[in-house]
Amino acid sequence: MKIHEYQGKAVLARFGVPVPKGKTAFTVPEAEAAAKELGGFVVVKAQIHAGGRGKGGGVKVCKTVDDAVEASRKILGMQLITHQTGPQGQKVRRLLVEEALPIEKEMYLGITLDRASGKNVFMASSEGGMEIEEVAHHSPEKILKETIEPGVGLQPFQARNLAFGIGVPAASVNGAVKAMIALAKAYDEIDASLAEINPFILLKDGRVMALDAKLNLDDNALYRHPEFTDLRDLDEEDPLEVEASKFSLNYIKLDGNIACMVNGAGLAMATMDIIKYAGGEPANFLDVGGGANEEQIKNAFRILLSDSAVKAVLINIFGGILRCDVLAAGVVNAARELGIKLPVVIRMEGTNVEEGKRIIRESGFNFQVAEGMKDAAEKVVRAAR
Amino acid sequence: MSVLVNKDTRLIVQGFTGAQGTFHATQSINYGTNVVGGVTPGKGGSKHLDRPVFDTVAGAVRETGANATVIFVPPPFAGDAIMEAAEAGIKLIVAITEGIPVRDMIAASQFLQGRDCLLIGPNCPGIITPGECRIGIMPGHIHLKGHVGVVSRSGTLTYEAVGQLTSLGIGQSTCIGIGGDPIIGTTHIDAIKLFNEDHETHAIVIIGEIGGKNEEIAAAYVKEHVKKPVVGFIAGQTAPPGRRMGHAGAIIAGGSGKASDKMAAMEAAGITVCSTPADIGQKVKERLSN
Repeated sequence: MKIHEYQGKAVLARFGVPVPKGKTAFTVPEAEAAAKELGGFVVVKAQIHAGGRGKGGGVKVCKTVDDAVEASRKILGMQLITHQTGPQGQKVRRLLVEEALPIEKEMYLGITLDRASGKNVFMASSEGGMEIEEVAHHSPEKILKETIEPGVGLQPFQARNLAFGIGVPAASVNGAVKAMIALAKAYDEIDASLAEINPFILLKDGRVMALDAKLNLDDNALYRHPEFTDLRDLDEEDPLEVEASKFSLNYIKLDGNIACMVNGAGLAMATMDIIKYAGGEPANFLDVGGGANEEQIKNAFRILLSDSAVKAVLINIFGGILRCDVLAAGVVNAARELGIKLPVVIRMEGTNVEEGKRIIRESGFNFQVAEGMKDAAEKVVRAAR
Repeated sequence: MSVLVNKDTRLIVQGFTGAQGTFHATQSINYGTNVVGGVTPGKGGSKHLDRPVFDTVAGAVRETGANATVIFVPPPFAGDAIMEAAEAGIKLIVAITEGIPVRDMIAASQFLQGRDCLLIGPNCPGIITPGECRIGIMPGHIHLKGHVGVVSRSGTLTYEAVGQLTSLGIGQSTCIGIGGDPIIGTTHIDAIKLFNEDHETHAIVIIGEIGGKNEEIAAAYVKEHVKKPVVGFIAGQTAPPGRRMGHAGAIIAGGSGKASDKMAAMEAAGITVCSTPADIGQKVKERLSN
C-alpha cells in the first residue's frame, strides 16, 4: 500500500525522524490558515502518490500568505501530470503546507529489500533531489549501501559510514546518524516495503531533516497495523482495481483491447505475452487465483467488461485439479447473467475437459473453444479485429 | 533417480486438518505419497485421513520419522511453522502459503541459516517426482515419469509446460515450483545445481518471470557448469514497470527485473529461450533430439 507524503512524515516523526513543521489542507481556506500559522514563508505541496510532483508544477515556494493562497488555488483540483501518473495525470485533492527552510545540501536516503541476501539494505547518496534510478544508472558508485542485519538493526557505525560517505559535515553527523537509525527502526516496525527520503536535507544551521517521505507498506502485513487502514486513499487507485481487490482478484488495467482472465499470476503474464506475440494488445492482467469458482468468474467478467476499450475476451484456465465442466458451467452462467455479447475465446485444461468444451459449444453464446495457448491467442486476436 | 523427493520420502502436513491441508493431503495420498501424519496444534492424539495428528512438529518427527513437511498454515503463522519444522530436524520444508509478510520471511530465512534443511517456497505449488511423491498442490495426473527437470516460479504456468511435455511423451524427473515471493528458500540456481548433478535428469526447463535477478544468476551458472540442454521461458514481457503482477515478487523496480534482460542473459548462456509459452514442450523435444 502506498501512502501520502504527509502521512509518511507523521509516521516517521513518531519514530524520531526530524521533519519540517507542516499542516495538511483539503481546501484553500485551510491552506491559508496553515500558511499564517507557519509564518507565511511556506512550501505548498500537492499530495498525490506519484513522484515527480515538483517538475509537474505541484510544488510551489511561497514568500507570503497571499502567495500561498494563490498557489493553493492553482494546485488544488489540478490534474497533475508527472512521469509516474501517465498522460491523464492525477487530480490533486490534498495539500501539505510546510515551513520553507534554508537548504545547504540535498542528499538521499532509502531502504528496500535486497532479494539476493534476504535482508533489508540502507542506501544513501550525495545526489539528493534526483531520481535515484538515474543515479544508479549513471554513477552507481555514488549510492552507498549498508546491510541491515535482521534482529540487530542499523548500527551507529553503519550510519556513520553512510553519513561521512555522502558528505555530511562532522558537526552534523550525529544528527544524521540519529535520523538514519530512526528511519531504519520505523521501516522495521511498520512493515514497510520501501522507504525513500529524497531529499534528505542539511540546513544552513547544521540540522538535518526529511524534506520528502515516500513509504510503501507490505500489504501482507497490514493485518498487524490496523491503524494504517485509514491511510489508504482510494482516489489514488484505479476504480476497477479497487473493485477487483474486493473479490480477491488480482487485476491491473492496461491499454489494449483484448481482456484476459487467467488462473495463476505466471500464466496470466504469459497469456498477456502471447496475445502480444499474436499481434494483439492485452487490456489487462487478471489472475482469478489458482482455484477460480463461479462467483469469482462472474465478478471477473463484470470487471473486464466495464472497460469500454475491450473488444474480445480470452479465458485461459489451466485447471488441473479443477473440473472443467464446473468451470464451463460457471462461465456460461456468468455470461447469461451479465448478458455478454462480446466474442469470448476459452482455452481450458483439466479434469472432464471434453464435457467442459461441450457445455461451452452448446451454450448459444458467441464463444469459441481453443486448443492450447497459441490457438487461443490467434483466435482472440482475430475476434478483436 | 530424481532430486529431493522420491518414494522413500516420509511426509507430514502442517495445517493438516484445515480445508487446504485436508484436500491436498488426500490428493497426495491418492498419488502414492507416503504421508505419515500431520500437525495441528491442539488436535494432537487424534486421527485424520487415517493418520496420526500431532501438536508439534517435534512430536511428529519423533513418532513418525518424517523427513519432509508441507505447510498449509495461514500467512500470519506460516513463518513460525517454517522455523518449527527446521528446529525439529525436517530436511525438506515445502511452504505453500501465499501472503507471508516479508518481515516474517526475513526472520525465517535467518533462522534457517546454518541448519541442515532446505526450504522450497513460500507461495509455491510444491515439488513432485512423477510416479513417486507429490508434495504440494499441483495436479499429479498431468505429470509423466521421465528425464526432464523443471524449475519454475509459477504454479499454473508450470502445469502448462508440464502438460506440453507429457502430451509429447516427454517425462519429468522432478518438477520444483520455487515460488513467487521476493524471499524464497530454493532459487533457480539451487534447483539447477541439483538437476545438473542428477544422472537421470537429461534436460532442464527454467521458467522465470519479471522481478529480481535470480534468472540472471542461474543463467551465469548454466553457462559455466551445465552441459545438459536447457530451455527457458520468462513471463511478463508485456508487464508494465512498477506494477506488481499478482506474485509479490513479480515487479520491475528501478529498471531492474525486466523480462528482456533475463532473456538476454539466458540466450548468452546458451539456453534455448522460448518466445511464447506455447513453445516450451516443442523446444525441449528439439533440444533432446539434437
